Amino acid sequence: MIQVRELTKLYGKKQVVENVSVDIRRGQITSFIGPNGAGKSTLLSMVSRLLDADTGEVLIDKTNTKKMKSNEFSKRVSILKQSNFMNVRLTIRELVSFGRFPYSKGRLNEEDEKMVDQAIEYMDLGDMQHSYLDELSGGQRQRAFIAMVIAQDTDYVLLDEPLNNLDMKHSVQIMKILRRLVDELGKTVVIVLHDINFASVYSDRIVALKNGRVVKDGPTEEIIQSAALKEIYDMDIPIQQMNNCRICVYFNS
Amino acid sequence: MRDVHKLWILIGLAAAACGLYLFDNLNGSFDYALPRRGVKVFAMVLTGVAIAYATVVFQTITHNRILTPSIMGLDSLYMLLQTLLIFFLGSGHITIINKQVNFLLSIAVMVIFALLFYKLLFKKDNQPIYFLLLIGIILGTFFGSVSTFLQVLIDPNEFQIVQDRMFASFNNVNADLVWTSLFFIVVLIGLAWRNNASLDVLSLGRDTAVNLGVGYDALVKKMLILAAVLIAIATALVGPITFFGLIVANLSYQFFKSYKHSIVIAGASIISIIALVGGQWVVEHVFTFNTTLSVIINFIGGVYFIYLLLKESRSK
Repeated sequence: MIQVRELTKLYGKKQVVENVSVDIRRGQITSFIGPNGAGKSTLLSMVSRLLDADTGEVLIDKTNTKKMKSNEFSKRVSILKQSNFMNVRLTIRELVSFGRFPYSKGRLNEEDEKMVDQAIEYMDLGDMQHSYLDELSGGQRQRAFIAMVIAQDTDYVLLDEPLNNLDMKHSVQIMKILRRLVDELGKTVVIVLHDINFASVYSDRIVALKNGRVVKDGPTEEIIQSAALKEIYDMDIPIQQMNNCRICVYFNS
Repeated sequence: MRDVHKLWILIGLAAAACGLYLFDNLNGSFDYALPRRGVKVFAMVLTGVAIAYATVVFQTITHNRILTPSIMGLDSLYMLLQTLLIFFLGSGHITIINKQVNFLLSIAVMVIFALLFYKLLFKKDNQPIYFLLLIGIILGTFFGSVSTFLQVLIDPNEFQIVQDRMFASFNNVNADLVWTSLFFIVVLIGLAWRNNASLDVLSLGRDTAVNLGVGYDALVKKMLILAAVLIAIATALVGPITFFGLIVANLSYQFFKSYKHSIVIAGASIISIIALVGGQWVVEHVFTFNTTLSVIINFIGGVYFIYLLLKESRSK
């Protein structure tokens, strides 16, 4: 379990994340939703130690993250941010191999190679594993990065808007893979999402943020309700039930 | 395995260049000419390796392949120091005449400057690296302007001495200094070599590097200081030559197309040995000392730099 305790982040005098406490349960997909500037990405960055919190603490399985060595942390929690700027030209396989860095420090042994093979297999990238990343489409590149995170083999996988700039087909593909990671491999996935319908269909729990505070936190069915959404987005959003999916029809509200 | 073959080809070329320089036209002068040439070759190898290493590391840290560590202002600081010494103490003073004293003094001043500079800048967390570089540029320009001002006032004869220091030269390298530099460079690069794998991860960007368990901020700090010290040693040994690193680092990226720092750095080091030793041979035998190596390097480097800029702007 990841326990977030009273995290606060200030940019100048503005509180971007204000006294946030959340529990993230094992073996589930938890989605962070909320309007732009709600502090979702900042919160995720602090949980994954990309950003230092001003106050508060994060406990991973009851260990304070500040007391964990960076390398130990990277064997338990992985984070994938939305922009993946790179200065070097890598093939998919080389990128995925970097996922083993916390274990192998760059010298891959047989077991590492096996994990890399599995991760590539899992993301269905086998026949293009020797292509260069800059030759790939956005969806393929995103899958390559997720494969790297899978090769990292952490219990907790945090993703910051992984569906950004992806079309419907690739978005669905990625979300299905994340679901499989949880259901088949027992991972815990935390994801920042913009499209509440993806959150509704794929996540077990939803945490809604607004102006740096948690406004809603609960199982998906409880959050995907017109009243709750009104509070989060200030919009009247009708909800339609279709094939066991709760779909928010927000386009003309 | 192809990278290893390429490395061997380069090593062969470097050995050939060294052999040519050492034995060409020797006329049996094994006692006199050979040791003197040997010291020069040795100095070129050391400078080449130090600058290649510092430049590749610096470019990885800054995520920018058209920067050189000279942007930190160390070259200008070296020139300022030499100008100040000659201006206030005169060219006959021990700090100018005695090469060892001058060498150690230069290194000390540059290293202390770099440490103070980083100490001040790293006090605040998450200071963006470009801010640091910007300050480096401003300080470099400032040092340069002060040097120019003093050089204008200086006695013309004394200015000759200053001018002599303005260009890197391997023609009168002191043998003892070469040994001292060798010691420092071997120790520093030896200690830093195990960071190569972490540097590979660093080129994936900060977020990915931190995700993979690299202590990003500490590594960047350590590597910046290392680059500064290596540059300081190379500059104190032969004069300002940092621009050279830009050429060899980029040639190495193009030649190897690898993300592995151990290969790229080794490649850049050997390329710089080829360029320096080969270039020095050309200076001595084709131009018969009518020009200096650093003039040629700056000319070729400048042309190559423009080519890189055009290439980068086209790829966007």
